[in-house]
Amino acid sequence: MTVLSSSIDPRSVAFLANRAAMLELLAQHDVEVDKALAGGGEAYVARHRARGKLTARERVELLVDPGSPFLELSSLAAWGSSFHVGASIVTGIGVVEGIECVVIAHDPTVRGGTMNPYTLKKNLRALEIAKLNRLPVVNLVESGGADLVTQADLFVPAGQIFRDLTELSALGIPTVALVFGNSTAGGAYVPGMCDHAVLVDGRAKVFLGGPPLVKMATGEDSDDESLGGAEMHSRVSGLSDYFALDEHDCLRIGPEIMANLHWRKLGPGPTRPADAPCYDAEELAGIASVDLRVPFDPLDVIARIVDGSRFSQYKPTYGTSLTTGWASIHGFPVGILANARGVLFMEEAKKATEFILLANQTDVPLLFLQNCTGYMVGKDYEQAGIIKDGAKMINAVTNSTVPHLTVIMGASYGAGNYGMCGRAYGPRFLFAWPNSKMAVMGPQQLAGVLSIVARQSAESQGKPFDEEADERNRRAVEEQIERESHAFFNSGKVYDDGIIDPRDTRTVLGIALSAVHSNTVEGRRGFGVFRM
Amino acid sequence: MTDPVHGRPITKLLIANRGEIACRVARTARTMSIATVALYSDADAGALHVRSADEAVHLPGVSASDTYLHVGAVLGAVQRSGADAVHPGYGFLSEHAGFAAACADAGITFVGPPVAAIDAMGNKVEAKTRMAAAGVPVLPGAKVGAGTDDVELLHAGQQVGYPLLVKAAFGGGGRGMRIVASPTDLVAAVASAQREAAAAFGDGLVFLERYVSAPRHVEVQVFADHHGNVVHLFERECSIQRRHQKVIEEAPSAAVDAELRARLGATAVAAARAIGYVGAGTVEFILAPTKEFFFLEVNTRLQVEHPVTEMITGLDLVRLQLEVATGAPLPPDALEPRRHGHAVEARLYAEDVPGGFLPTSGRLRTVELGAAPDAPAYPVEDRSEAARVRVRVDGGYTSGDAVTTYYDAMLAKVITWAPTRAEAVARLAQALRRARVHGVVTNRDLLVRTLEHFEFVAGEIDTAFYERHDPVALGASLVEQSSHLVHALAATIMRAVAGASPHLAGVPYGYRNVGAGWQHVEYRGNLDCALEFRRRRDGVWQVRSVDDVAREAIVVDVTVAAGTITADVVIDEVLRRYTLAQHDDELFVDSVLGASHLMVASRFPSAAATVAQGSLRSPLPGTVVQVGAAVGDHVHSGSVLVVLEAMKMEHAVRAPHDGVVRELRVVLGGQVETGAVLVVVEPVRDDATEDATKGTR
Repeated sequence: MTVLSSSIDPRSVAFLANRAAMLELLAQHDVEVDKALAGGGEAYVARHRARGKLTARERVELLVDPGSPFLELSSLAAWGSSFHVGASIVTGIGVVEGIECVVIAHDPTVRGGTMNPYTLKKNLRALEIAKLNRLPVVNLVESGGADLVTQADLFVPAGQIFRDLTELSALGIPTVALVFGNSTAGGAYVPGMCDHAVLVDGRAKVFLGGPPLVKMATGEDSDDESLGGAEMHSRVSGLSDYFALDEHDCLRIGPEIMANLHWRKLGPGPTRPADAPCYDAEELAGIASVDLRVPFDPLDVIARIVDGSRFSQYKPTYGTSLTTGWASIHGFPVGILANARGVLFMEEAKKATEFILLANQTDVPLLFLQNCTGYMVGKDYEQAGIIKDGAKMINAVTNSTVPHLTVIMGASYGAGNYGMCGRAYGPRFLFAWPNSKMAVMGPQQLAGVLSIVARQSAESQGKPFDEEADERNRRAVEEQIERESHAFFNSGKVYDDGIIDPRDTRTVLGIALSAVHSNTVEGRRGFGVFRM
Repeated sequence: MTDPVHGRPITKLLIANRGEIACRVARTARTMSIATVALYSDADAGALHVRSADEAVHLPGVSASDTYLHVGAVLGAVQRSGADAVHPGYGFLSEHAGFAAACADAGITFVGPPVAAIDAMGNKVEAKTRMAAAGVPVLPGAKVGAGTDDVELLHAGQQVGYPLLVKAAFGGGGRGMRIVASPTDLVAAVASAQREAAAAFGDGLVFLERYVSAPRHVEVQVFADHHGNVVHLFERECSIQRRHQKVIEEAPSAAVDAELRARLGATAVAAARAIGYVGAGTVEFILAPTKEFFFLEVNTRLQVEHPVTEMITGLDLVRLQLEVATGAPLPPDALEPRRHGHAVEARLYAEDVPGGFLPTSGRLRTVELGAAPDAPAYPVEDRSEAARVRVRVDGGYTSGDAVTTYYDAMLAKVITWAPTRAEAVARLAQALRRARVHGVVTNRDLLVRTLEHFEFVAGEIDTAFYERHDPVALGASLVEQSSHLVHALAATIMRAVAGASPHLAGVPYGYRNVGAGWQHVEYRGNLDCALEFRRRRDGVWQVRSVDDVAREAIVVDVTVAAGTITADVVIDEVLRRYTLAQHDDELFVDSVLGASHLMVASRFPSAAATVAQGSLRSPLPGTVVQVGAAVGDHVHSGSVLVVLEAMKMEHAVRAPHDGVVRELRVVLGGQVETGAVLVVVEPVRDDATEDATKGTR
């Protein structure tokens, strides 16, 4: 297989400028992530510890196998909202007793681990990842239930959590609840819906209604322990399968449950040599352009993420604005589609369609490396049928059944976001580099379009056009769109599964591909490959 | 009377011993094309000495008296194997006249002196009388039989003079020995020595002897053949002893000059001639600071410390023994032995020195004592200096062997040779410092500190060395806590580098996409610490004690071979080579800084593993020889509840407080492991005492 030759000059002005800007963005990202890591803040964490409890992340660290990777998801959920960054929950892909699973841990130091609309979104995304990739789920439960003031946006859709849990069970995907504290009212259904439940003595409280509610409802006097303590549920109700003496005991029992699942992955697993790329991943920090108008060669990126920098290009001289080809990452074969010069023309759309069909013929997962400003517009292109060609590509992406992974390396605008397997197209995992932007179009274009429309409207109504107001308006809209296309903003809305350091791309994709292989890896059959 | 057996060649040799000496004898037998037969008890199945022999015969049972000491069983094994000769090694049946006689009766060559010589020297009281008659200087002494009453005993003590030594008439090796300073302690000491002697040798006869304080122990190796030749192969000094057990031996003695050497040698030869000695023997003397020497005893066998003599003379004493046993005359180089350079030997024991010299046991995961792994450790035939400067190891164990407490606790003898004493001593200290011994606690640190002690280095030693210098203090860990910490840091990184991700090869160990990526690990053992570590993007590892400043480490090179990770790591700007052996959660780290034993602490400290209050645990593995309380007994703080016997020593387990015996988990004669709960004593509560007080009013 061809080994890519990549000639990045790490001393060039452009490289150094890109690198400096990327490191600055990563530093900003760290600042935001640190807010999530800090939980509810020093005082709340200290109070939590004083009760002899572990934090959510400490629980996760003790749960996963020593030395194994943990790929945290949606760390910036709720960024840019009035809720705490991280949305009072930790989710990720971890390895427990050698089994990759989805870990979902409430952070009780943030408003008692209560759920707000962002928490729900993040939680549901984690469960979706579990379902799509057939990953067992371990819930580390300690939540005060719904953040009641947000109930209007929460109560109705939140039912899906319990529905998903039991649906996973029906699909044969094991679910485990390790209950460290409150798990009341609706939350009581988490251990209730999971296949396995462990309750910590003196800590777990699992009941539909607490003592005050019971008093109000029936007049009965009761206490936490008799309504929902670990001892009661382990000896009387049978809701608890295992009685844990303390948190550590609970985190010891959890892996024991996993070890007895007799779990087998259904995918073929890595089949290719998993040797490191020939080029230094460190250079990925300087490759992506700060100015998204300047394209960069995705081959320089591919050379730093695929095994041995080996990449077999498909149609290298046709539709050259989109690079396609075959490679492997950590031994897992992948087909890669990467934007080379932003715009997708007819040829690129048709090339992509054929490539996706080929991957489905050979059961090879697809990796989309986005840096796309959209499908080409203009008279010539419309007349040549760009809509039909774009539709072919979107059709292929939609109906492809091999696993898709998407990394947004730069721009993600317009229908290009769809065609290159954006969030709405169900990629198994979608990660963004911190420099990336995602919106219907660029801020200037969007503001300009609004301005033109306003001017036309004024003209058609014969009204004078206020140039000054238009200028103010344009700037305001530009700023708004700039803000809303920022990677942190989109990550805050859980439109991706997290922002990653470009230098970690290979590692993150390796973990993701391995997780993907928990499920079958099968392409769609039926029609043959259409030559477009 | 001429022994009809002699003059017959040996074709198959049964080695009636175990451990290092059995291996040692087999090695020479092999070079002489003599087939070998080993013996093994239940506990020694698969032991190195069995693997070193061509054939092996099982002796059912575990205790020495059922196996290696059992004359009938050993003779049976000789018959079954078809051996035509028996080498008894040292200890066990080596000085058992009855066994030697039985061999002769059965037409088997006994590789040792004539029965009469063993007999004469086996009874130490008679030995002394005969030596005195032969003109050998002796110390005053007296015999104490079973029928001696206390009055007679005290009278005998008076005759001998104080301080005096009580020792078993049969056997040796320090068993049953007691020093008595004044008449008040005599009766108890004799009773205890008799009990021990009876248990160990089947004969409770003991004798008393004047005790010379601070003498040196100097012994002369003698050799005699059936043709009237008697020679001495110079002296050895074995003054470094603990409780009459030799620890470090050397040849020649730093205290012996040419004139004294000649006198000692002539006396030893005369002693051997006086008893018609044949074969290898050792005449032991105590050497006073005045250069006067007194006869101590004759050991009618190959000594443990024979290698130092081999190293300075270039003679193979086992070969000489076998040749003499076939009736051959001593070869010319033995008849006119030459002495060259200096040799020192250290006995590496499986014992916990800081813990009070308790015997240790376990799986010997690794034992590398500096000998080249494949080359024969000591080709004594090879007289070249190059051959002799190698570290010689006479060992009974290889990596992976189990060490039990049923027999002698010696793991190996490490011997070095050099042209000068100073060099030989330094070489031995260095070899021991660099030795890798994993899985069993040893006296290594005591040996090193002794060898490096200024008195030892100066050659100013005597048998009271360990009375002046507390061996427990000398045996304290050689390794600084700060070095254990460096080892913990190195081990942590080495495991991470060599282990990669247990999940997906190529993914960095403990990868985290969010957060600092600090991994957490806790150790117990030589160091209790909690560490955090992570790999920076530039490849530098950061390691810190929790809440401490991060220290940086750069791994230069890592190789993994046979479960051992070897790495060159820069820590605190110093590059060192570290080796790490992992056995489940047990880590053994070795470097120039020393050795560390670390256990990776469980991530889940068990809330369930607790022991009842008042439980008394066994401090060592051993046999229960006395049970001093029954369930329900009221006991006082300090009263002896159980007595354990292990490795020649009795250990009393006492009540830690006043209380009632609630549980008794031992039976007389039973075996107990370290840490086993023996007795549970429920403390007497204060209110109960008060109630009792009220009741008496």
